[in-house]
Amino acid sequence: MADLNPVSLWRRFLATPNDGRAKTLIVAFLVSAICAVLVTGATVVLRPIQAQNRAAEQQARLEALIAAVPGMSDLIAEAGGDALSTLVVDLDAGAAAADVTPETLEAALSDPANWTSLAPADDVAGIGNRPDYAQIYLLRSGDAVSLVILPVVGTGYAGRIQALLALQGDMRTLAGIAVTEQSETPGLGARIEEPLWQQNFAGKQLFDDSGTYRFSVVRGSARTEFEVDGITGATRTSNAIGQMVRFWVGQKGYGPLMAAIRRGEF
Amino acid sequence: MASSESLWSTLSAPLIRQNPVTLQILGICSALAVTTSLDTALTMAASLTVVVVVAAGVISLIRRHIPSAIRLIIQIIIIASIVIVIDQVLKAWFFELSQRLSVFVSLIATNCIVLGRTESFARSNPPLRSMVDALGSGLGYGLVLVLVGACRELFGMGKLLGMQVLPLAESGGWFTPLGLMLLAPSAFFLLGGLIWALRSIWPEQAEAPEFPPYSRGPTDTGEAR
Repeated sequence: MADLNPVSLWRRFLATPNDGRAKTLIVAFLVSAICAVLVTGATVVLRPIQAQNRAAEQQARLEALIAAVPGMSDLIAEAGGDALSTLVVDLDAGAAAADVTPETLEAALSDPANWTSLAPADDVAGIGNRPDYAQIYLLRSGDAVSLVILPVVGTGYAGRIQALLALQGDMRTLAGIAVTEQSETPGLGARIEEPLWQQNFAGKQLFDDSGTYRFSVVRGSARTEFEVDGITGATRTSNAIGQMVRFWVGQKGYGPLMAAIRRGEF
Repeated sequence: MASSESLWSTLSAPLIRQNPVTLQILGICSALAVTTSLDTALTMAASLTVVVVVAAGVISLIRRHIPSAIRLIIQIIIIASIVIVIDQVLKAWFFELSQRLSVFVSLIATNCIVLGRTESFARSNPPLRSMVDALGSGLGYGLVLVLVGACRELFGMGKLLGMQVLPLAESGGWFTPLGLMLLAPSAFFLLGGLIWALRSIWPEQAEAPEFPPYSRGPTDTGEAR
């Protein structure tokens, strides 16, 4: 009768020659299985903490952005505690999304059907495809919208750039920008994270009186109210920010939404 | 205490004399990328040291049962798994640092130092010795990283560990930051200078030139040609 005691089976297995086919296969399988369990375990156990970190980061940037907009904290104090409302919008319709809420947004965006792929000519920000829904923040004073905060994404020199763009109620004036995620060159492109540079955006105009888009990030220093100083030595990052803003306030981005806000539909 | 003495030399040899970066020119890639500031260099050094020590320990434990036909794959799988776990831990508890290190933590898996130590040392030595050797290599790598990182942060931004050390000209001081220090080539320059300095101190480290320069004879001064 064969010996089925697991301990002695294990011993017998260990004693088999290292280069035998069976041992090679079994060792490979065991090592992969143990490693797979380790990796999966770490990912699953740590995911809630990581998600929390990301959410906290986003919230902190949002608060910093609002605090940096001149006069904004007064407005919030005036309007009372919970003045900033969160809203999911349908980008193509330019209206609040009917069946997607902030809670279900993540699930909706995991469905590829809720993404629009962009034709190369439209894709000035170089992002390939764009979600159909986005979570935005609105601040009202009285009945009118006084500030909107729009999440935007673009492609920089070294990777994706994510930012929050704040627009005044007239939908023409930039109130501020906050970069929430970037992987540009430290000391050069990564300076887009510096508040000193971001302050340049406040008060700049996106469109001129005829409604033509004029805003850009220029090389050197800005001369008009439509221009923001580029970062020396980081031309491609500076351009990427300019293109990102151009895309997201355009027709494929938040254009329909901004038109609706201008018409007073919010 | 012959064994403890040799353990000590196993640990200390790779620190300076047998330094994996300056002598074996391993791990250069990440040494360029993460040394723009001192704190990323320190985190990267710590992460690499943990990975190489744990990997050496594990591989040394199962060294008698690794079939030689698939030994590299097995080593890589073990190393890569440890790297992923460490990356996840950093993302959970050191979120800001992990954002700045971005992909470089995951790239520890391809760092030649790790595979080099497990393949050449851990595979034929007992766990304790392997781990001590790996610790030495990790610290040696870290030492170079910290040196280069400190230079680049100091001269590139006038800071050390994020604190302003040299007063910047734009805020009233005298120091104009050297932008080149923040770009990858400056790490090559610094590393090259470091290797040159070390090989001047210990000339036996210098390799014989593979293609000896053409000798023009003793009378030729080589001028104006």
